Amino acid sequence: MQRREFLKNVGITAGASMIPFLKYLPAEAAGLSHTLVVVSGHGINSLDLHRKGTNRPSYQVTVNIYDRLVRFGVKELADGSLAYDSTKIEPEVAESWTVSDDGKSLTFKINPKAKFWDGTPVTAHDVKWSFDRAVSLGGFPFVQMKAGSMTKPEQFVAVDDMTFRINIPAPSKLTLPDLAVPIPFIINSKLVKKHVTDKDPWGTEFLHKNPAGSGAYKLARWDPGQQFVYERNDDWALGPQPGVKRVIVREVPSAATRRALTERGDADLYMNVPAKDSKEFKDGGKLSVSGAPIDNCLHVLALNLKHKPFDNVKVRQAVAYALPYKDIVSAAAYGRGVPMFGGKSMTPADITWPQPFPYDTDLDKAKALLAEAGFKDGFETTLSFNLGLADWQEPTALLIQESLAKIGIKAKLDKIPGANWRTAALVEKRLPMHLENFGGWLNYPDYYFFWAYKFGHLFNSSNYKNPDIEKLVDDTLHMQVTDPMYAANVKKMIAIAFEDVPRIPLYQPYLDSAMQKNVSGYASWFHRQLDVRSISKG
Amino acid sequence: MNTRLIQVGRRLAQALPSVFGVIVISFVLTRALPGDPAVYFAGDMADKESIEQVRQALGLDKSWIEQFTIYVRNLFNGDWGTSLSTGRPVTEELLTRLPASLELTLIGLGLAVFVAIPLGVLAATRPDSWIDHLCRLLVTAGVSLPTFFTGLFLVYIFYYLLGWSPSPLGRLSIVYLSPPHVTGFYTIDSVLVGDRETFFASVAQLILPAATLGLFALAPIARMTRAAMLSALASEFVRTARANGLSHRVVLITYAFRNAALPVLTTLGMVFSFLLGANVLVEKVFSWPGIGSFAIQALVASDYAAVQGFVLAMALLFVCVNLFIDVILTIIDPRVGLDE
Repeated sequence: MQRREFLKNVGITAGASMIPFLKYLPAEAAGLSHTLVVVSGHGINSLDLHRKGTNRPSYQVTVNIYDRLVRFGVKELADGSLAYDSTKIEPEVAESWTVSDDGKSLTFKINPKAKFWDGTPVTAHDVKWSFDRAVSLGGFPFVQMKAGSMTKPEQFVAVDDMTFRINIPAPSKLTLPDLAVPIPFIINSKLVKKHVTDKDPWGTEFLHKNPAGSGAYKLARWDPGQQFVYERNDDWALGPQPGVKRVIVREVPSAATRRALTERGDADLYMNVPAKDSKEFKDGGKLSVSGAPIDNCLHVLALNLKHKPFDNVKVRQAVAYALPYKDIVSAAAYGRGVPMFGGKSMTPADITWPQPFPYDTDLDKAKALLAEAGFKDGFETTLSFNLGLADWQEPTALLIQESLAKIGIKAKLDKIPGANWRTAALVEKRLPMHLENFGGWLNYPDYYFFWAYKFGHLFNSSNYKNPDIEKLVDDTLHMQVTDPMYAANVKKMIAIAFEDVPRIPLYQPYLDSAMQKNVSGYASWFHRQLDVRSISKG
Repeated sequence: MNTRLIQVGRRLAQALPSVFGVIVISFVLTRALPGDPAVYFAGDMADKESIEQVRQALGLDKSWIEQFTIYVRNLFNGDWGTSLSTGRPVTEELLTRLPASLELTLIGLGLAVFVAIPLGVLAATRPDSWIDHLCRLLVTAGVSLPTFFTGLFLVYIFYYLLGWSPSPLGRLSIVYLSPPHVTGFYTIDSVLVGDRETFFASVAQLILPAATLGLFALAPIARMTRAAMLSALASEFVRTARANGLSHRVVLITYAFRNAALPVLTTLGMVFSFLLGANVLVEKVFSWPGIGSFAIQALVASDYAAVQGFVLAMALLFVCVNLFIDVILTIIDPRVGLDE
């Protein structure tokens, strides 16, 4: 019942879309050039990214069925893989934009070719309604909008039908890229307004189950817990027409089953492959593996300054010299990680981020530093990790435990279930030594420092507090990258991070996907979700 | 007949306290779990402020007593709450997923019964023969092989290597649409609309997971059948029946098996209830959209309403199954009364 109503709402005549699906598809859907079968470990739980409780996999729906004002470009990496380009911002619904001289307002011209699925044009009023919604519903969308200095509906102005303006309190380099993340997607406000109630002025109930967008794909069906299906919107004119007509995303919880399906050729694309399988696919040669290091993301060992003796910088440095970096990259990341150790100097040469820290496995130096700190015989502590990420965190923790024992630090392993992890590590920040994997959506070093090094901020699970960092991040966060002070400030931040090591980077992880040889155009994205618009098959 | 109905009614009334107990315990236990749903649902980058907003929106800032009264009042109105992680009413969620689990479990159990009972009977009549050893082997295998291993092993052989089985992608292969919802059992629903192709497709999807479950369920049933048959065969009434010259068949079926059926049926009830919740791993391997994986997801996300709904549904089902078994027992054996 549910599904039929749903189909009606989407505006696809149920008969027309369902019958060909059954009658004319030969036995193997994966063999068809216009249908792409994707397997994914987790299902989506909502079509509305602004809703509270919408899970990460659901972001991909927003990416594919909605448009934004602007989007990031795509670049080719050295190994031929494609990845988004954080430095290139392209028009999407906005055909052009201007920034005022004082940098405090951004004005966007809406592309007249932008049409919702029901044929009505996308107007500045729709954009304003959507943005108002993003800052009004609270939770994660609000936090992400705030990163771009957008917090209040009054900041968004529909100047006329085709002109939209954003006013920000102070110029910031983060505002424009923040419009290209999945959050500020543009909703067909006229359609949604028919379904709002006094209790639910933003139509959360409606948009949770019904898409209302203008994107390159429509959602043809959604069977919760099983699959969802995209159908190409042939009227989409805001970019090159996508290569595949229909995309079926099947939820397959077991990684072994996903692997079997992909190897047998029953699935075209396997999103987010564990490092071990990815290495074996690569060696096997039957499938292509495409992946890129995740921008602005590090797997780190974090030391909590609230727990003695990690308040002592010598102890932290000793730990940094005692980690078995090479073994971790090869045994826990299966080589799918960019090494973040062995830097040459305590002062960074440039502002590349992330960049190797000036530490390497050197047990003698570690012992000497521990002795200097007054812990000649070592000490006891616990090393916590997230069971939800056990595929890399468990082997990493074991290797670290073994290596620390050599300098007299006895670390007891503490496995924390995924659901409790956020509370323990990030909210209460009570874990002495733990593994952490923050990655920033906006690719600026100061943005990483803002979340992970500023005191009290969510991903600063080390309780690290340094007045210099506080000031440097505040000064730099909104500064343009062309500002002469920018590079100097970022270098200072990195130098402090080198010296103080509240977070010891292990490596920069890859996001890998495996696909059949006839699938092309796959690109890695900062949001770690599948953007099907660029993919073709044949 | 009327007295039978009264007995059943009384039996149902007896279950009420335990159902209430289940409601209280599931409520307290979910809240005693260490996870914090407000933190979980506030999302990836949420700060303290937005976590508090979520907590208020979920009503978790109220006292436990208050939350419990609201919960019970809603239950009486037929509102089991809304699952936070899926955003759908828990009843709707259970109603779509329970048939999937039931279909799989019933077929798995059917397979197990079909193999285990004849095997147990034969093993008991011929102790230490090859069939007894086969029985022992299957029982040991069923007990000691974890279901996810059996499942993966079957997938590896029959799907990956031989290619005989369709891809392990849940209840229907990608090219088929689910039949119109009547019972929620795809096999029955497809027959109802006369769609042979979908029927065979759904049966094909069922074979491997049902065999996996069947092997797991086989062990207790076969063991219990064998033990019950052995004791029945050694009893005095069987000796008397034999001495009176009754045929082997009559002795075995009418006298021995009918008596042995009591413990076997009780075991069946237990195994069924147990399987329904315990087939999470099978559901995972075969991407089966069942109730077990729903419960695990809910538990991981500290999704209170969903976990409580699952526990309550299981409790109700358990009560029904036991009642059903009890009624059958009284039919088989007049000595058993419902009032005992």
